[in-house]
Amino acid sequence: MNVMLLAEVANAGGAVGAGLAAIGAGIGIGQIGKGALEAIARQPEASNDIRGNMILTAALVEGAALFAIIVGFLAMVL
Amino acid sequence: MCRSCKSFIQTLVLTLVFTLSPLFFWAQEHTQEHAQGDAHAEATAPAGEHAQPTEKKKFDAAEVIFGHVLDGHEYHFMDIGEHPVTLPLPIILYSPTRGTWDVFMSSNFEHGHAAYKGYTLLNEHSIHELGLDPKKFSAGTIVPLDANGKFDPTVKYYDLSMTRNVVQMLLALIVFTVLMFRVAGRYKKGIGVTSAPQGSQSLLEPVITFVRDEVAKPNLGHKYERYLPFLLTVFFFILVNNIFGLIPGSANVTGNIAFTVVLGLLSFVVILFSSNKHYWAHIFNPPGVPLGVKFILVPVEFLSVFIKPFALIIRLFANMVAGHIIIICLISLIFIFGELSPIAGWGASPLSIGFTVFIYLIEVLVAFLQAFIFTMLSAVFIGQALEGDHHDSAEGAHH
Repeated sequence: MNVMLLAEVANAGGAVGAGLAAIGAGIGIGQIGKGALEAIARQPEASNDIRGNMILTAALVEGAALFAIIVGFLAMVL
Repeated sequence: MCRSCKSFIQTLVLTLVFTLSPLFFWAQEHTQEHAQGDAHAEATAPAGEHAQPTEKKKFDAAEVIFGHVLDGHEYHFMDIGEHPVTLPLPIILYSPTRGTWDVFMSSNFEHGHAAYKGYTLLNEHSIHELGLDPKKFSAGTIVPLDANGKFDPTVKYYDLSMTRNVVQMLLALIVFTVLMFRVAGRYKKGIGVTSAPQGSQSLLEPVITFVRDEVAKPNLGHKYERYLPFLLTVFFFILVNNIFGLIPGSANVTGNIAFTVVLGLLSFVVILFSSNKHYWAHIFNPPGVPLGVKFILVPVEFLSVFIKPFALIIRLFANMVAGHIIIICLISLIFIFGELSPIAGWGASPLSIGFTVFIYLIEVLVAFLQAFIFTMLSAVFIGQALEGDHHDSAEGAHH
């Protein structure tokens, strides 16, 4: 396959990668939310602790997704 | 609002207004051109954007985005017609080749249209005019010129300017330090120790006790007091810079990789200095691991010593820069649609502004969250390094 427009393909690759990263983040944070909601449903008095842990874990997962977005961005720029 | 907060903010605002307003007006371009079209209703746009594009100048979203997210030698607030409204900043250049220190205001460059003292500021046009490689030279860099006005690659120079990131970081530092010293002074006098906290004390005390009780104590055990200054400084420094970066027209300090690299390095140094024998023993000789697995595990564990601060760096950087880019992109949608037709531009405005406000609120949350996460993870890593020999409880196997 003769890839002539390398810059455009790099941009497309970067965009696709970032999109996939967003899917990953969505799934991951969705799982966290699911676990948190189930835990709160089981024990409403613990909801403050659970909420804190949920936000912390969500930030970590989002960090991983943002790695991928940065890489996608670098694919575009470099 | 508490009385001391109010007077503090009043004095701060008045000082800033009186010292900066002359610069403001001086910075406006006094050209003979009149505005080419009406300026868009930019009252609601959080980030300064170009005015309604003329037939010649298309709206370049990438230029606008990078202009806001990257560092620059001036604060650019908006364009009124063709006049940019900016606040110039000092430029400090040292050239060992020429043997000169040059200190002047960036307004002398007239946004890249003029050369001054043998240097010029690059913009999109001059990169092409000087024949420079756009991959290596980006808009906003200062390059030396020779006598004919051509780029002079032989001149070695150091750009030590006070760019807007530097100025904003120093401003955040001053605001944060002044606030902390005032509050500390009041505690020393006994206000808020045996009585209820007053004024800014009631703002800071819950935050500081939160960092102490939720971040420092659980992770660091009984040694938390040694690390509390570091953790609190990191937390408040990142928080104040994040919040300042959210103000429209301000510089993007925490979304700058250099800033986060230094913070990550500081955390790394603190982690290394607090590590003990057991930590390194656990890395190079993990207990309870069969020999074959050790061959894989030891390199991974050793690399993770470096990867953990690296993750701190990238997490803060990416969160902040992504947030700013999203906000600018959503606002740019108005102008991109406006290129198609003015009706489409106006029609896209309510939707775009609605989304922008929503994302802006999330960004405020992210500002607090990322400061907290950075501090929390630093505390976790320091706690892991500090951990003594935890097999001395009734668990048994002592390695």
